[in-house]
Amino acid sequence: MPEQKVVDTDYLLLEAPRERKFITGAQAMAEAIKRANVDMAIAYPITPQSEVMHLVGDLWAQGYLKDYYRAEEEYGAFSAISGAARGGVRVFTATSGPGLLRGLEAIASWPGHRIPAVLGVLTRVVNAPLSIQPDNIEISYLLNCGAVVLHAENQQDTFDFTLAAFAIAEQVDVYVPVAVATEGFFVTHAKGYVNMTPEDMKLPPRNPYKAPVPPTDNEIPPARIQRDAPVQKSNFMSYLIHAVWQQEVWASTTRAMKYIYKYLGGPIEVVNPDAEVFIVASGCAAAQSREAVRYAQLEGLNVGLVKVKAIRPFPEKEIRKVLKNAKGIVVPEHNIVGWLAREVKAAIPNNDRVVGGPRVYGGMTLPTELIMDEVYKILGVKKERKVLV
Amino acid sequence: MGLEYVRITTGFEDYMPKDYVDLVKYGQFGKEYDIQDLGTFKELVEEHPMCAGCFMAYFIRVFYASLPNPEDSIVIGTAGCARLQLSQAAVPFIYGNYGDTNAVASGLKRALEIRFPDKNKDVIVVAGDGGLMDIGFGMTMHSWFRRERFTTIMVDNEVYGNTGGQESGMSPKGVQLKMAPKGKKFDKINAVELAKAAGCVYVARIAPTNPKRLAKTIKRAILAARHFGPTFIHAYTSCNIEYSIPTEKVLEDARNREKNDFAFYEWMSDEVKGFFEQVETKKKEAQEVK
Repeated sequence: MPEQKVVDTDYLLLEAPRERKFITGAQAMAEAIKRANVDMAIAYPITPQSEVMHLVGDLWAQGYLKDYYRAEEEYGAFSAISGAARGGVRVFTATSGPGLLRGLEAIASWPGHRIPAVLGVLTRVVNAPLSIQPDNIEISYLLNCGAVVLHAENQQDTFDFTLAAFAIAEQVDVYVPVAVATEGFFVTHAKGYVNMTPEDMKLPPRNPYKAPVPPTDNEIPPARIQRDAPVQKSNFMSYLIHAVWQQEVWASTTRAMKYIYKYLGGPIEVVNPDAEVFIVASGCAAAQSREAVRYAQLEGLNVGLVKVKAIRPFPEKEIRKVLKNAKGIVVPEHNIVGWLAREVKAAIPNNDRVVGGPRVYGGMTLPTELIMDEVYKILGVKKERKVLV
Repeated sequence: MGLEYVRITTGFEDYMPKDYVDLVKYGQFGKEYDIQDLGTFKELVEEHPMCAGCFMAYFIRVFYASLPNPEDSIVIGTAGCARLQLSQAAVPFIYGNYGDTNAVASGLKRALEIRFPDKNKDVIVVAGDGGLMDIGFGMTMHSWFRRERFTTIMVDNEVYGNTGGQESGMSPKGVQLKMAPKGKKFDKINAVELAKAAGCVYVARIAPTNPKRLAKTIKRAILAARHFGPTFIHAYTSCNIEYSIPTEKVLEDARNREKNDFAFYEWMSDEVKGFFEQVETKKKEAQEVK
């Protein structure tokens, strides 16, 4: 491995020179880990995530990380992540679909425990019936955990979001975990161009004392004396303490927004802001929607795109502003429940403008034609369809 | 950092809580007391909400008084009666999720080894039979298979006490409990043999009838974990409520169990045995010199 030098976070994320490589999404996530000065990673296999943690294991073998092991299962892996984070080190793990759900109790407690971990979510069907294909329904479960949730469209996003995730998670006024999701296979196992920062530069190490809650390492005076555990004192105290603590957790997640602006250029990307019809999409669906916008342009239709990069905190204000004059809004998704459509509907007035679909699931691809069909319906465009028998 | 961490900044003695000042002046930080001096020094845990006659409460009191290095110790617990008391000691305590103790301890211990390679930071799990042998079974076993260097102490009250008296894997066969209305159908899990088979380097089974022996067992388990690998203590800490043991009979019950299925048992690897022989000879020599 090359000798790595620590550089300033802002420099690495915003200014450092970049080199273009043609790599898979799994490689892009691992390349971000290589530059993130991660101390420890804990792995547990599940398709299609495994590739990411194989590569991170190789990074450990090469000396980029100080510790790495294959855990017993996801609940054990994510619990150990919380132990390691409390011990003051920078941690990373990744999972997919059923694995995320198996470990969800641990993940849901990370924000409350103020664990600034970074979690890769390489989406996959949640059984049954069994399938290993990309479907991002698991993100809907993640939305109520209190973590920051970013959704990457492609290999470039996967690199950028993962590296920025550490910077965002460890801000004193945030200090909650950041999940970086992207579609399994479509992104993890496919190659794309990624502009990457130099291999010999890495983020500054985690400073566990720059935190709203100190690490559990017996190093910070005064020593702890808890003679009267307040949460157990009475039901009233129990309600109150839980309530204020959770309010603070969710406020922390909201405060991540300013760092999402700083490091990721904002929670949304807008193409054709004066459009008549908007497609709102995240992850891989945004890539297909981008293509739909191009089709529409060729056909002389005024269609725009709102790509949602941050699902938590959800950019309500930003989306409301862009969609103010939209005649119709199409929300294509890779899952059956339509969690993004729900979020959009909850954020805007006159939400009967939202078309919740098209939706594909079980790992199907999302044909641009399906998105265009919804656009045509809104604009009243009649299309002749030739059926070849 | 050790003692620096508990030391009171000069000039602040008058402003720190009395409890804290007493802990530093008359407590266990930086000193080693004999367990027979219990009552003559400021203890790490004093008040607790445990039931009258709770043997687990007594065990935890002795446990804290036996810590070889309280200023650099972290205790990890989970749901159950024990955490009600563990959380009120002057030692950092982590309460994570259900049955996750040995996974949390694995991550924490490794992190502390990364950050403080030259220090002994003792990580000790104190959890119940349900937490370690039922819901957390996989994580308990795998932390041993991986040879994680921390101590696991199972305070076995043979029941889910805190949730209202349900059967656990450690309840004896035939006992009628909630969720076992017709009596438990299978035997108590042999946790000690599992620990040995899974790679623990020091294993003990104990009914805490003899505080001196208990203190020695706890110290040994913590010291062996520092240097050699996982260690395990299976302690009988009866639930006088769910098993209807009159308060004045709690010790008698423990003595009876000691005669039957809780006879003191200690096993250690040859390496650990050699280590203790060396340590204990040195201690004896030092005392003779005095």
